[in-house]
Amino acid sequence: MSALLEVSGVSVTFDGFRAINNLSIAIGEPELRAIIGPNGAGKTTFMDIVTGKTRPDTGRVTWGERSLSLLGLSESAIAREGIGRKFQKPTVFEAQTVRDNLRMALKNRRAPLDVLVWRERTDDTARIEEIAAEIGLSAHLPRIAGELSHGQKQWLEIGMLLAQEPRLLLVDEPAAGMTPAERAHTTDLLKRAARTRAVVVVEHDMEFVRRLGCKVTVLHEGAVLAEGSIDHVAANRDVIDVYLGR
Amino acid sequence: MTATVTAPAGAPPRRSLIAQNPSILWFLAILATFCFGVTFLAEATGTGAISTSMVKTLGKTLCLCLVALAMDVVWGYCGILSLGHMAFFGLGGYAIGMWLMYARTEIIVAQSLAEATLPPTEAEIRDGIATQIFGVVGGNEFPAVWAFAHSLPAQLAMVVLVPGLLALVFGWLAFRSRVTGVYLSILTQAMTLALSLYLFQNDSGLRGNNGLSGLQNIPGLESLGQDVISIAFFWASALALALGYLLFAWIVSGKMGSVIRAIRDDEARVRFLGYHVESFKLVVFTLTAIVSGIAGALYYPQAGIINPAELAPIASIYLAVWVAIGGRGRLYGAVIGAALVSLLSSWFTGGGAPDVDLGVYTVQWTDWWLVLLGVSFVLVTLFAPKGLGGLVDLIAERRAPQRVGDYGPDKSALRREEGPPQGGEE
Repeated sequence: MSALLEVSGVSVTFDGFRAINNLSIAIGEPELRAIIGPNGAGKTTFMDIVTGKTRPDTGRVTWGERSLSLLGLSESAIAREGIGRKFQKPTVFEAQTVRDNLRMALKNRRAPLDVLVWRERTDDTARIEEIAAEIGLSAHLPRIAGELSHGQKQWLEIGMLLAQEPRLLLVDEPAAGMTPAERAHTTDLLKRAARTRAVVVVEHDMEFVRRLGCKVTVLHEGAVLAEGSIDHVAANRDVIDVYLGR
Repeated sequence: MTATVTAPAGAPPRRSLIAQNPSILWFLAILATFCFGVTFLAEATGTGAISTSMVKTLGKTLCLCLVALAMDVVWGYCGILSLGHMAFFGLGGYAIGMWLMYARTEIIVAQSLAEATLPPTEAEIRDGIATQIFGVVGGNEFPAVWAFAHSLPAQLAMVVLVPGLLALVFGWLAFRSRVTGVYLSILTQAMTLALSLYLFQNDSGLRGNNGLSGLQNIPGLESLGQDVISIAFFWASALALALGYLLFAWIVSGKMGSVIRAIRDDEARVRFLGYHVESFKLVVFTLTAIVSGIAGALYYPQAGIINPAELAPIASIYLAVWVAIGGRGRLYGAVIGAALVSLLSSWFTGGGAPDVDLGVYTVQWTDWWLVLLGVSFVLVTLFAPKGLGGLVDLIAERRAPQRVGDYGPDKSALRREEGPPQGGEE
């Protein structure tokens, strides 16, 4: 299996602090992958690098069949390449309706003129309805997104990611602050999404990761500490020392 | 095949621009009523109850409403607090003013030279015009910027091109460096100040602090009185305002409107959706600059004179104040704010308002108007962020987001009280 995303030998330093240290990770397609690690392990910085928010000092980040380098592309260009990102805090456009939020995220041409003359076609409407059903917000399409509960906002954001039809989904702590029932729904959403695409979940919560039942990468001090099934890494001595056994 | 026919049940039918923005019909109806009312009362076309100078004031107000619309789109919708849009307005005025002044001076010079024994050569006429126009700043030759001043179509193109290109270049430099917020405002302010200081110089080629004058005289239309010309410009301004309203209503509705409001609220998130934020800002900034230029080109022939003080930073700050008082983020709010505040301003500063005798002190509105304006601006900002346009919400009881702000993870414990998650499968 050739990798969809390949991060190799990446290092980044902030004011002398080495946030990422010679990190190498490869993600296949389709694949569900969990990345765990204690605070400051570099999980969010890893996402920042892949999505173009942070430029690494050294290393390569390549993407897709043509091994396109993502370094040097703008955030929006990377997003158009097919990498979607969900932030830790739900960031939806609160002043606009759920429908408007999804419509904006729909995979369509993104240049200003295309957006100006764009008109919603029947299949666009159908796609919006389909995603709304998937994330359980069908009844809430006309609502202002700011009125949604925390969990609903998280799902809306996941729905916006799905609407982008990305090949790789980067999800930062999707279950933070959710009730057990909401967590179960979120797990299902992510598992379903990972059937056809690559999904990388950054998570703190071991129980949630266990429920995802996927390959796990443990980060520590900006490098990979262990990789494998959840039971495999949970048995790893180093992992227990730095993370599980605190 | 239309979506309304084939849309699945439950899908909203595709709605026309007017259905999405009921304010358009209201706006056009009120504007038309106002225009016919003024025409009926004007000196040239009606009873004469409204003086020609009042018609000019009202026409100018319509132009100010148009530039306020542009400001509302760039600031209220897209979140770019530009403090330079009155500079684009002024540049539009200068562009049309150059032709007005040239063509009119040409007629005067040709008349005076016609009495000479020999018919004047073209060079003589041109020298005569140059001496007439630039004598006041000690010059007698045309600067390079006047190269096309003899041509009305060329200067009309300049009305669009000069503000448009300036905005394009300035915006491209500022947005690609990701200058945002108050820093961008300062940058636009600096641009305005630099432009105004440059125009104040006598060798700027635009008559320094004298500016361009006599613009109310339209070459070729000398036979018509100012009463007729004023009503013509009044209607032209109203038409421009109506078209501007339609144009901006189209832009801020639909997906384009969604994207630019999203840029205002969280531009980083919009980038991760795959939109190139800088291009969108540049389009909005340039387009609004062009509309401002057109508004200026209609304003200054009614004002009769333009000088560099019109481009001073304070003018652009007033523009922001009008939009804030009228209500940001709604087009009619900008129109209400600009019309009300600019008319009140000319009433107070023009000596129309009676002085208030407090016994120990007499409040003279010419001095105190700015204080009143400043206080109202502060009060509106603090207590009525929706501005005067927000009153319409009270009447229409429009739904507005009640819960804005971040409900972070720690608040979610409340979910238990709110009931089970909607539509989720457990």
